[in-house]
Amino acid sequence: MSVPSAWYLVLAAVLFGLGATGLLIRRNVLVMFMCIELMLNAVNLTFVTFSRDLNDIGGQVNVFFVLVVAAAEVVVGLAIIVAMFRRRAAATADDIHILKG
Amino acid sequence: MLAALLADSSGQALAHASAWAVFAVGAAMILTGALGVVLLRNPVHCALMLVITLFGIALEFIDQSADFLAAVQIIVYAGAVVILFLFVIMFLGVDRKEAISAEPTRFQRPLAVLLGVVALVEILALSRIDHWSAGTPSQSGALSGPGSNVQKLGQAIYTGYLLPFEMTAALLVIAVVAAVVLSRRHQPSASEMSELDQEELLSARRFTPPDQGDQS
Repeated sequence: MSVPSAWYLVLAAVLFGLGATGLLIRRNVLVMFMCIELMLNAVNLTFVTFSRDLNDIGGQVNVFFVLVVAAAEVVVGLAIIVAMFRRRAAATADDIHILKG
Repeated sequence: MLAALLADSSGQALAHASAWAVFAVGAAMILTGALGVVLLRNPVHCALMLVITLFGIALEFIDQSADFLAAVQIIVYAGAVVILFLFVIMFLGVDRKEAISAEPTRFQRPLAVLLGVVALVEILALSRIDHWSAGTPSQSGALSGPGSNVQKLGQAIYTGYLLPFEMTAALLVIAVVAAVVLSRRHQPSASEMSELDQEELLSARRFTPPDQGDQS
């Protein structure tokens, strides 16, 4: 028998916590985006683990959809960052208010 | 998968040890990469650390027999998403170091760490109060049994999950259009300009150098 699923879940929880902390600490928007990716991957890991635990394909299908949504989210988010840089050459989260109307 | 192969050839104990070894290597990669993303100052280094984490996640997927997802993880995340990140970093020329010592708000950093720790403790405590997973097994199709992982995943997506699948297709198209619209340089048409701007534009057009004017 392979590794018990609790180990994977604890690992995913730690990864999620690290991503959340990074999101709150960092001010560079690009790095904040990477921290969101970390959190998404932690959730993907839990999905796959529960999928194995419950012997259910649905968890893996959900990971597939999370991957697609994450790709779309990155595309739009990076486009917003590029638009923000056009106005002002800085990428801190405090500059996002310049995007309004 | 590797564990299953080894179990056939040389016994249960070796398979057990190899599964643990794969888990440990993956966990080390994930945590190293995540710490690197959070702590390193240069965005390029952060992106490379993100690749390490994503490889670790793919390793854990393989360890749990999610073969297709491991491959997609490498192709989509390490191949496309991180490259997109690096492309934007290079394109904007922001590969300079962040002034990490300057705190925007007072006590932001300790509070952020505290919040992260509280979230982690909450998740772990909830898991101790109840079981990790409680639910009907094999609700949307069994994971084990004959057939490959890809076949079962494909059958699930193209039958029970067909509508969400089609919606993701629409979502991707919308995302592509949004990216083009957002990153396009905006050229204001005359009706969007103020009168002063219109005057300036007209006078600039009226003034043509004499040699070009003769040619036309």
